[in-house]
Amino acid sequence: METIFQGLVSAVRLIAGFNPELLGIIFLSLQVSGLALGAASALGLPLAALLALKRFPLRGLLLGLLNTGMGLPPVVVGLLLYLILSRSGPLGFLELLYTPGAMIIAQTILAFPIVTSLSHAAIVGVDPVIRLAAQTLGATPRQEAAAVVREARYGIGAAVIAAFGRVSAEVGAVLMVGGNIAHYTRVMTTAIALETDKGNFDLGIALGIILLTLSLLVTVALRAVQRRGRAPTGVRLWD
Amino acid sequence: MTVQLHKIAKAYQGNRILADCSYTFAAGGAYILMGDNGSGKSTLFRLAALLEPPDQGEVRYLQGDLTLPPDITLKRRLTMVFPRVGVFSRSVSENVAYGLKIRGLPRDRVREQVARALEEVALSHKTHQPAATLSSGETMRLGLARALAVEPEVLFLDEPTTHIDRANTRLIEDCLLQTLRERALTLILITHDPAQAHRLGGRRLLLQEGRIVEVD
Repeated sequence: METIFQGLVSAVRLIAGFNPELLGIIFLSLQVSGLALGAASALGLPLAALLALKRFPLRGLLLGLLNTGMGLPPVVVGLLLYLILSRSGPLGFLELLYTPGAMIIAQTILAFPIVTSLSHAAIVGVDPVIRLAAQTLGATPRQEAAAVVREARYGIGAAVIAAFGRVSAEVGAVLMVGGNIAHYTRVMTTAIALETDKGNFDLGIALGIILLTLSLLVTVALRAVQRRGRAPTGVRLWD
Repeated sequence: MTVQLHKIAKAYQGNRILADCSYTFAAGGAYILMGDNGSGKSTLFRLAALLEPPDQGEVRYLQGDLTLPPDITLKRRLTMVFPRVGVFSRSVSENVAYGLKIRGLPRDRVREQVARALEEVALSHKTHQPAATLSSGETMRLGLARALAVEPEVLFLDEPTTHIDRANTRLIEDCLLQTLRERALTLILITHDPAQAHRLGGRRLLLQEGRIVEVD
Protein backbone atom coordinates (compact mmCIF):
# COMPACT_ATOMS: atom_id res chain seq x y z
CA MET A 1 0.00 0.00 0.00
CA GLU A 2 2.87 2.29 0.96
CA THR A 3 4.62 1.55 -2.35
CA ILE A 4 1.51 2.53 -4.28
CA PHE A 5 1.14 5.74 -2.25
CA GLN A 6 4.83 6.67 -2.67
CA GLY A 7 4.62 5.79 -6.35
CA LEU A 8 1.59 8.04 -6.76
CA VAL A 9 3.29 10.98 -5.03
CA SER A 10 6.44 10.58 -7.15
CA ALA A 11 4.32 10.18 -10.27
CA VAL A 12 2.47 13.43 -9.60
CA ARG A 13 5.86 15.14 -9.10
CA LEU A 14 7.10 13.76 -12.43
CA ILE A 15 4.00 14.98 -14.25
CA ALA A 16 3.91 18.37 -12.54
CA GLY A 17 7.63 18.87 -13.17
CA PHE A 18 7.26 18.07 -16.90
CA ASN A 19 9.89 15.34 -16.63
CA PRO A 20 11.70 15.26 -20.01
CA GLU A 21 11.80 11.45 -20.20
CA LEU A 22 8.09 11.27 -19.47
CA LEU A 23 7.31 13.94 -22.07
CA GLY A 24 9.47 12.17 -24.65
CA ILE A 25 7.60 8.90 -24.15
CA ILE A 26 4.21 10.61 -24.32
CA PHE A 27 5.16 12.50 -27.47
CA LEU A 28 6.41 9.35 -29.23
CA SER A 29 3.28 7.43 -28.18
CA LEU A 30 0.99 10.08 -29.60
CA GLN A 31 3.09 10.37 -32.74
CA VAL A 32 3.06 6.61 -33.41
CA SER A 33 -0.66 6.18 -32.67
CA GLY A 34 -1.58 9.37 -34.52
CA LEU A 35 0.28 8.40 -37.68
CA ALA A 36 -1.05 4.85 -37.51
CA LEU A 37 -4.56 6.19 -37.18
CA GLY A 38 -4.01 8.56 -40.11
CA ALA A 39 -2.78 5.70 -42.30
CA ALA A 40 -5.60 3.37 -41.19
CA SER A 41 -8.20 6.09 -41.89
CA ALA A 42 -6.70 6.97 -45.29
CA LEU A 43 -6.96 3.32 -46.32
CA GLY A 44 -10.04 2.31 -44.36
CA LEU A 45 -12.51 5.11 -45.06
CA PRO A 46 -12.55 4.78 -48.88
CA LEU A 47 -12.80 1.00 -48.50
CA ALA A 48 -15.67 1.40 -46.02
CA ALA A 49 -17.52 3.66 -48.49
CA LEU A 50 -16.89 1.23 -51.34
CA LEU A 51 -18.15 -1.73 -49.31
CA ALA A 52 -21.23 0.18 -48.19
CA LEU A 53 -22.24 1.70 -51.51
CA LYS A 54 -21.17 -0.80 -54.17
CA ARG A 55 -21.97 -4.43 -54.79
CA PHE A 56 -19.07 -6.49 -56.09
CA PRO A 57 -17.83 -10.09 -55.89
CA LEU A 58 -16.17 -11.20 -52.61
CA ARG A 59 -17.64 -8.20 -50.81
CA GLY A 60 -19.18 -10.42 -48.13
CA LEU A 61 -15.89 -12.26 -47.60
CA LEU A 62 -14.02 -8.98 -47.26
CA LEU A 63 -16.55 -7.73 -44.69
CA GLY A 64 -16.23 -10.98 -42.76
CA LEU A 65 -12.43 -10.67 -42.72
CA LEU A 66 -12.63 -7.07 -41.53
CA ASN A 67 -15.05 -7.94 -38.75
CA THR A 68 -12.73 -10.75 -37.67
CA GLY A 69 -9.80 -8.34 -37.85
CA MET A 70 -11.42 -6.13 -35.22
CA GLY A 71 -10.51 -8.74 -32.64
CA LEU A 72 -7.02 -9.36 -34.00
CA PRO A 73 -4.69 -10.28 -31.09
CA PRO A 74 -1.88 -7.68 -30.99
CA VAL A 75 0.77 -10.30 -30.18
CA VAL A 76 -0.15 -12.23 -33.32
CA VAL A 77 0.21 -9.04 -35.37
CA GLY A 78 3.54 -8.42 -33.60
CA LEU A 79 4.74 -11.95 -34.34
CA LEU A 80 3.78 -11.86 -38.03
CA LEU A 81 5.22 -8.41 -38.54
CA TYR A 82 8.39 -9.45 -36.71
CA LEU A 83 8.81 -12.42 -39.08
CA ILE A 84 8.19 -10.23 -42.13
CA LEU A 85 10.48 -7.39 -41.04
CA SER A 86 13.28 -9.44 -39.45
CA ARG A 87 16.55 -9.62 -41.33
CA SER A 88 15.69 -13.01 -42.89
CA GLY A 89 12.06 -12.01 -43.61
CA PRO A 90 10.67 -10.90 -47.00
CA LEU A 91 10.82 -7.19 -46.06
CA GLY A 92 14.00 -7.42 -43.96
CA PHE A 93 15.87 -5.28 -46.46
CA LEU A 94 13.79 -2.28 -45.35
CA GLU A 95 15.50 -2.47 -41.94
CA LEU A 96 12.35 -1.36 -40.19
CA LEU A 97 12.44 -3.76 -37.24
CA TYR A 98 12.94 -1.97 -33.91
CA THR A 99 12.09 1.41 -35.41
CA PRO A 100 9.06 3.67 -34.84
CA GLY A 101 8.14 2.86 -38.47
CA ALA A 102 7.54 -0.80 -37.57
CA MET A 103 5.41 0.29 -34.61
CA ILE A 104 3.32 2.54 -36.86
CA ILE A 105 2.78 -0.37 -39.29
CA ALA A 106 1.75 -2.67 -36.42
CA GLN A 107 -0.74 -0.15 -35.05
CA THR A 108 -2.06 0.60 -38.55
CA ILE A 109 -2.81 -3.11 -39.00
CA LEU A 110 -4.68 -3.11 -35.69
CA ALA A 111 -6.58 0.12 -36.37
CA PHE A 112 -7.49 -0.57 -40.01
CA PRO A 113 -10.24 -3.20 -39.45
CA ILE A 114 -11.78 -1.13 -36.65
CA VAL A 115 -11.91 2.08 -38.70
CA THR A 116 -13.17 0.23 -41.77
CA SER A 117 -15.79 -2.02 -40.14
CA LEU A 118 -17.30 0.63 -37.88
CA SER A 119 -17.30 3.25 -40.66
CA HIS A 120 -18.95 0.74 -42.99
CA ALA A 121 -21.67 0.15 -40.40
CA ALA A 122 -22.16 3.92 -40.04
CA ILE A 123 -22.46 4.45 -43.82
CA VAL A 124 -24.82 1.48 -44.25
CA GLY A 125 -26.97 2.94 -41.47
CA VAL A 126 -27.68 6.14 -43.42
CA ASP A 127 -31.31 6.22 -44.57
CA PRO A 128 -31.52 5.24 -48.28
CA VAL A 129 -33.70 8.29 -49.00
CA ILE A 130 -30.62 10.48 -48.51
CA ARG A 131 -28.97 8.86 -51.52
CA LEU A 132 -32.19 9.12 -53.49
CA ALA A 133 -32.53 12.80 -52.58
CA ALA A 134 -29.00 13.50 -53.81
CA GLN A 135 -29.75 11.56 -57.00
CA THR A 136 -32.96 13.45 -57.74
CA LEU A 137 -31.15 16.75 -57.21
CA GLY A 138 -28.70 15.88 -59.96
CA ALA A 139 -25.77 14.33 -58.11
CA THR A 140 -23.29 12.21 -60.02
CA PRO A 141 -22.61 8.75 -58.51
CA ARG A 142 -19.52 10.19 -56.80
CA GLN A 143 -21.48 13.15 -55.38
CA GLU A 144 -24.18 10.75 -54.21
CA ALA A 145 -21.57 8.70 -52.34
CA ALA A 146 -20.10 11.87 -50.81
CA ALA A 147 -23.56 12.96 -49.60
CA VAL A 148 -24.14 9.58 -47.92
CA VAL A 149 -20.66 9.51 -46.33
CA ARG A 150 -21.19 13.02 -45.03
CA GLU A 151 -24.42 11.93 -43.35
CA ALA A 152 -22.43 9.17 -41.62
CA ARG A 153 -19.78 11.59 -40.32
CA TYR A 154 -20.55 11.16 -36.63
CA GLY A 155 -20.42 7.38 -36.89
CA ILE A 156 -17.16 7.62 -38.82
CA GLY A 157 -15.75 9.98 -36.17
CA ALA A 158 -16.70 7.47 -33.50
CA ALA A 159 -14.98 4.70 -35.48
CA VAL A 160 -11.74 6.69 -35.68
CA ILE A 161 -11.85 7.52 -31.96
CA ALA A 162 -12.53 3.88 -31.05
CA ALA A 163 -9.54 2.79 -33.14
CA PHE A 164 -7.34 5.39 -31.44
CA GLY A 165 -8.42 4.04 -28.05
CA ARG A 166 -7.43 0.53 -29.11
CA VAL A 167 -4.00 1.33 -30.57
CA SER A 168 -2.90 3.82 -27.93
CA ALA A 169 -3.50 1.23 -25.18
CA GLU A 170 -1.91 -1.64 -27.09
CA VAL A 171 1.35 -3.16 -25.84
CA GLY A 172 2.02 -6.58 -27.44
CA ALA A 173 2.66 -5.64 -31.07
CA VAL A 174 4.68 -2.46 -30.44
CA LEU A 175 6.84 -4.23 -27.87
CA MET A 176 7.68 -7.05 -30.32
CA VAL A 177 8.46 -4.91 -33.36
CA GLY A 178 9.64 -1.77 -31.56
CA GLY A 179 11.89 -3.39 -28.99
CA ASN A 180 11.18 -0.79 -26.29
CA ILE A 181 14.44 1.08 -26.95
CA ALA A 182 14.86 4.11 -24.66
CA HIS A 183 14.39 7.49 -26.38
CA TYR A 184 13.67 5.74 -29.70
CA THR A 185 10.82 3.20 -29.60
CA ARG A 186 9.71 3.37 -25.99
CA VAL A 187 6.03 4.32 -25.77
CA MET A 188 3.73 4.62 -22.77
CA THR A 189 2.50 1.02 -22.69
CA THR A 190 5.90 -0.60 -23.20
CA ALA A 191 7.51 1.78 -20.69
CA ILE A 192 4.91 0.84 -18.04
CA ALA A 193 5.66 -2.86 -18.60
CA LEU A 194 9.42 -2.28 -18.37
CA GLU A 195 9.37 0.03 -15.34
CA THR A 196 7.12 -2.41 -13.47
CA ASP A 197 9.61 -5.21 -14.21
CA LYS A 198 12.42 -3.02 -12.86
CA GLY A 199 10.43 -2.14 -9.75
CA ASN A 200 10.54 1.54 -10.76
CA PHE A 201 6.93 2.32 -10.05
CA ASP A 202 7.16 6.15 -10.14
CA LEU A 203 7.48 6.44 -13.90
CA GLY A 204 5.15 3.48 -14.42
CA ILE A 205 2.38 5.03 -12.34
CA ALA A 206 2.91 8.46 -13.91
CA LEU A 207 2.56 6.93 -17.38
CA GLY A 208 -0.42 4.92 -16.14
CA ILE A 209 -2.13 8.14 -15.03
CA ILE A 210 -1.45 9.74 -18.40
CA LEU A 211 -2.70 6.67 -20.25
CA LEU A 212 -5.85 6.54 -18.14
CA THR A 213 -6.42 10.26 -18.73
CA LEU A 214 -5.99 9.68 -22.45
CA SER A 215 -8.42 6.79 -22.29
CA LEU A 216 -10.89 8.99 -20.41
CA LEU A 217 -10.52 11.73 -23.02
CA VAL A 218 -11.12 9.20 -25.79
CA THR A 219 -14.28 7.98 -24.04
CA VAL A 220 -15.52 11.54 -23.51
CA ALA A 221 -14.84 12.38 -27.17
CA LEU A 222 -16.60 9.21 -28.29
CA ARG A 223 -19.67 10.00 -26.20
CA ALA A 224 -19.71 13.58 -27.45
CA VAL A 225 -19.55 12.44 -31.06
CA GLN A 226 -22.24 9.81 -30.50
CA ARG A 227 -24.47 12.37 -28.79
CA ARG A 228 -24.12 14.76 -31.72
CA GLY A 229 -24.96 11.92 -34.06
CA ARG A 230 -28.12 11.17 -32.09
CA ALA A 231 -29.24 14.82 -32.18
CA PRO A 232 -32.02 15.51 -34.69
CA THR A 233 -30.36 14.84 -38.01
CA GLY A 234 -31.11 13.05 -41.22
CA VAL A 235 -34.68 12.27 -42.03
CA ARG A 236 -37.78 13.39 -40.27
CA LEU A 237 -40.96 11.79 -41.44
CA TRP A 238 -43.96 12.92 -39.54
CA ASP A 239 -44.44 14.80 -36.28
CA MET B 1 -39.17 19.66 -72.49
CA THR B 2 -41.68 16.92 -73.34
CA VAL B 3 -41.69 13.61 -71.47
CA GLN B 4 -42.81 10.64 -73.50
CA LEU B 5 -43.51 7.21 -72.07
CA HIS B 6 -43.45 4.71 -74.88
CA LYS B 7 -44.96 1.28 -74.12
CA ILE B 8 -43.15 0.99 -70.80
CA ALA B 9 -43.52 -2.09 -68.63
CA LYS B 10 -42.19 -2.88 -65.18
CA ALA B 11 -42.50 -5.87 -62.89
CA TYR B 12 -40.99 -6.58 -59.48
CA GLN B 13 -40.35 -10.23 -58.60
CA GLY B 14 -42.78 -11.36 -61.25
CA ASN B 15 -45.48 -8.94 -60.07
CA ARG B 16 -46.47 -6.78 -63.03
CA ILE B 17 -46.83 -3.12 -62.07
CA LEU B 18 -46.91 -1.32 -65.42
CA ALA B 19 -47.76 -2.82 -68.79
CA ASP B 20 -47.62 -1.24 -72.22
CA CYS B 21 -47.98 2.18 -70.64
CA SER B 22 -47.73 5.12 -73.02
CA TYR B 23 -48.35 8.80 -72.48
CA THR B 24 -46.91 12.13 -73.53
CA PHE B 25 -46.52 14.91 -70.98
CA ALA B 26 -46.29 18.04 -73.07
CA ALA B 27 -43.76 20.74 -72.22
CA GLY B 28 -45.13 23.33 -69.83
CA GLY B 29 -48.18 21.31 -68.84
CA ALA B 30 -49.49 20.38 -65.41
CA TYR B 31 -50.60 16.80 -64.87
CA ILE B 32 -52.27 15.31 -61.85
CA LEU B 33 -51.88 11.56 -61.59
CA MET B 34 -54.29 9.63 -59.44
CA GLY B 35 -54.89 5.97 -58.78
CA ASP B 36 -55.38 3.42 -56.04
CA ASN B 37 -52.60 2.47 -53.64
CA GLY B 38 -50.35 -0.03 -55.35
CA SER B 39 -51.53 0.96 -58.83
CA GLY B 40 -47.93 1.79 -59.82
CA LYS B 41 -47.90 5.59 -59.61
CA SER B 42 -44.61 5.82 -57.73
CA THR B 43 -43.05 3.19 -59.98
CA LEU B 44 -44.15 5.19 -62.99
CA PHE B 45 -42.52 8.27 -61.45
CA ARG B 46 -39.22 6.51 -60.82
CA LEU B 47 -39.12 5.30 -64.42
CA ALA B 48 -40.19 8.66 -65.85
CA ALA B 49 -37.63 10.51 -63.71
CA LEU B 50 -34.92 8.18 -65.02
CA LEU B 51 -34.14 6.79 -61.58
CA GLU B 52 -34.48 3.25 -62.90
CA PRO B 53 -34.98 1.75 -66.35
CA PRO B 54 -38.20 0.08 -67.52
CA ASP B 55 -38.17 -3.66 -68.30
CA GLN B 56 -39.62 -2.85 -71.69
CA GLY B 57 -40.34 0.29 -73.66
CA GLU B 58 -38.66 3.65 -73.42
CA VAL B 59 -38.81 6.92 -71.53
CA ARG B 60 -37.95 9.72 -73.91
CA TYR B 61 -37.21 13.36 -73.22
CA LEU B 62 -37.85 15.48 -76.27
CA GLN B 63 -36.67 18.97 -77.09
CA GLY B 64 -38.57 19.81 -80.26
CA ASP B 65 -37.84 16.87 -82.56
CA LEU B 66 -34.68 15.94 -80.74
CA THR B 67 -34.60 13.00 -78.32
CA LEU B 68 -32.19 13.87 -75.52
CA PRO B 69 -29.71 11.26 -74.27
CA PRO B 70 -30.42 10.13 -70.67
CA ASP B 71 -27.16 11.48 -69.27
CA ILE B 72 -26.37 13.62 -66.23
CA THR B 73 -27.03 16.82 -68.22
CA LEU B 74 -30.60 15.70 -68.87
CA LYS B 75 -31.05 14.37 -65.32
CA ARG B 76 -30.12 17.80 -63.99
CA ARG B 77 -32.99 19.35 -65.93
CA LEU B 78 -35.59 17.40 -63.97
CA THR B 79 -36.15 16.63 -60.34
CA MET B 80 -38.46 14.73 -58.07
CA VAL B 81 -39.75 15.09 -54.51
CA PHE B 82 -40.74 11.92 -52.68
CA PRO B 83 -43.33 11.69 -49.89
CA ARG B 84 -40.38 11.09 -47.56
CA VAL B 85 -38.13 14.08 -48.06
CA GLY B 86 -34.61 12.92 -47.32
CA VAL B 87 -33.25 16.01 -45.62
CA PHE B 88 -29.51 16.24 -45.16
CA SER B 89 -28.36 16.79 -41.58
CA ARG B 90 -27.45 20.39 -42.32
CA SER B 91 -29.24 23.70 -42.08
CA VAL B 92 -32.32 24.53 -44.12
CA SER B 93 -30.32 26.80 -46.46
CA GLU B 94 -27.57 24.22 -46.94
CA ASN B 95 -30.18 21.69 -47.94
CA VAL B 96 -31.54 24.02 -50.59
CA ALA B 97 -28.03 24.93 -51.72
CA TYR B 98 -27.02 21.29 -52.25
CA GLY B 99 -28.34 20.89 -55.81
CA LEU B 100 -26.82 24.22 -56.82
CA LYS B 101 -23.42 23.52 -55.30
CA ILE B 102 -23.05 20.15 -57.03
CA ARG B 103 -23.71 21.99 -60.30
CA GLY B 104 -20.74 24.21 -59.53
CA LEU B 105 -22.72 27.47 -59.45
CA PRO B 106 -20.92 30.54 -58.10
CA ARG B 107 -21.51 31.34 -54.44
CA ASP B 108 -23.45 34.54 -55.10
CA ARG B 109 -25.88 32.80 -57.39
CA VAL B 110 -26.32 29.94 -54.95
CA ARG B 111 -27.15 32.41 -52.18
CA GLU B 112 -29.59 34.25 -54.41
CA GLN B 113 -31.42 31.14 -55.62
CA VAL B 114 -31.57 29.65 -52.12
CA ALA B 115 -33.12 32.85 -50.76
CA ARG B 116 -35.67 32.95 -53.59
CA ALA B 117 -36.62 29.27 -53.22
CA LEU B 118 -37.08 29.62 -49.45
CA GLU B 119 -39.20 32.69 -49.99
CA GLU B 120 -41.39 30.79 -52.46
CA VAL B 121 -42.23 28.18 -49.82
CA ALA B 122 -42.42 30.72 -46.96
CA LEU B 123 -39.45 29.27 -45.09
CA SER B 124 -37.14 32.31 -45.16
CA HIS B 125 -37.44 32.67 -41.39
CA LYS B 126 -35.97 29.19 -40.89
CA THR B 127 -32.94 29.65 -43.15
CA HIS B 128 -30.28 28.82 -40.57
CA GLN B 129 -32.25 26.27 -38.57
CA PRO B 130 -31.16 22.60 -38.68
CA ALA B 131 -33.38 20.98 -41.30
CA ALA B 132 -34.11 18.00 -39.08
CA THR B 133 -35.91 20.24 -36.56
CA LEU B 134 -38.63 21.24 -39.04
CA SER B 135 -42.17 19.92 -38.74
CA SER B 136 -43.39 17.46 -41.38
CA GLY B 137 -45.21 20.19 -43.30
CA GLU B 138 -42.16 22.43 -43.24
CA THR B 139 -39.99 19.48 -44.29
CA MET B 140 -42.15 18.96 -47.34
CA ARG B 141 -41.92 22.68 -48.13
CA LEU B 142 -38.14 22.38 -47.78
CA GLY B 143 -38.20 19.45 -50.22
CA LEU B 144 -40.13 21.62 -52.66
CA ALA B 145 -37.75 24.58 -52.20
CA ARG B 146 -34.77 22.30 -52.78
CA ALA B 147 -36.35 21.06 -55.99
CA LEU B 148 -37.39 24.53 -57.23
CA ALA B 149 -33.96 26.00 -56.46
CA VAL B 150 -32.34 23.95 -59.22
CA GLU B 151 -34.86 25.44 -61.67
CA PRO B 152 -36.05 22.14 -63.16
CA GLU B 153 -37.85 21.98 -66.46
CA VAL B 154 -39.75 18.89 -65.30
CA LEU B 155 -40.86 18.48 -61.68
CA PHE B 156 -42.26 15.22 -60.32
CA LEU B 157 -44.07 15.51 -56.98
CA ASP B 158 -45.12 12.27 -55.34
CA GLU B 159 -47.96 12.93 -52.88
CA PRO B 160 -46.54 16.19 -51.54
CA THR B 161 -49.47 16.91 -49.23
CA THR B 162 -50.71 13.51 -48.13
CA HIS B 163 -49.31 13.64 -44.61
CA ILE B 164 -49.48 17.34 -43.83
CA ASP B 165 -52.04 19.76 -42.45
CA ARG B 166 -54.31 22.09 -44.38
CA ALA B 167 -52.20 25.25 -43.85
CA ASN B 168 -49.07 23.61 -45.22
CA THR B 169 -51.05 22.05 -48.06
CA ARG B 170 -52.35 25.49 -49.01
CA LEU B 171 -48.82 26.96 -48.92
CA ILE B 172 -47.55 24.22 -51.20
CA GLU B 173 -50.43 24.56 -53.63
CA ASP B 174 -50.04 28.36 -53.78
CA CYS B 175 -46.35 27.93 -54.44
CA LEU B 176 -47.03 25.43 -57.24
CA LEU B 177 -49.66 27.65 -58.84
CA GLN B 178 -47.30 30.62 -58.74
CA THR B 179 -44.45 28.51 -60.16
CA LEU B 180 -46.65 27.29 -62.98
CA ARG B 181 -47.60 30.89 -63.80
CA GLU B 182 -44.04 32.18 -63.74
CA ARG B 183 -41.92 29.37 -65.10
CA ALA B 184 -41.87 27.11 -68.13
CA LEU B 185 -42.24 24.00 -66.03
CA THR B 186 -43.77 20.61 -66.72
CA LEU B 187 -45.39 19.52 -63.47
CA ILE B 188 -46.45 15.95 -62.84
CA LEU B 189 -48.02 15.42 -59.44
CA ILE B 190 -49.43 12.38 -57.69
CA THR B 191 -52.33 12.92 -55.31
CA HIS B 192 -55.24 11.04 -53.80
CA ASP B 193 -57.19 14.25 -53.34
CA PRO B 194 -59.56 15.04 -56.27
CA ALA B 195 -60.19 18.51 -54.78
CA GLN B 196 -56.47 19.23 -54.94
CA ALA B 197 -56.43 18.13 -58.57
CA HIS B 198 -59.25 20.59 -59.18
CA ARG B 199 -57.46 23.41 -57.31
CA LEU B 200 -54.24 22.92 -59.23
CA GLY B 201 -56.16 22.80 -62.46
CA GLY B 202 -53.95 20.41 -64.35
CA ARG B 203 -54.91 17.60 -66.66
CA ARG B 204 -56.24 14.74 -64.59
CA LEU B 205 -54.92 11.27 -65.27
CA LEU B 206 -55.75 7.93 -63.75
CA LEU B 207 -53.38 5.01 -63.53
CA GLN B 208 -55.33 1.79 -63.68
CA GLU B 209 -54.26 -1.73 -64.58
CA GLY B 210 -50.80 -0.48 -65.39
CA ARG B 211 -51.92 2.11 -67.93
CA ILE B 212 -52.60 5.84 -67.90
CA VAL B 213 -56.07 7.02 -68.85
CA GLU B 214 -57.25 10.61 -69.07
CA VAL B 215 -60.10 11.49 -66.73
CA ASP B 216 -61.24 14.58 -68.57
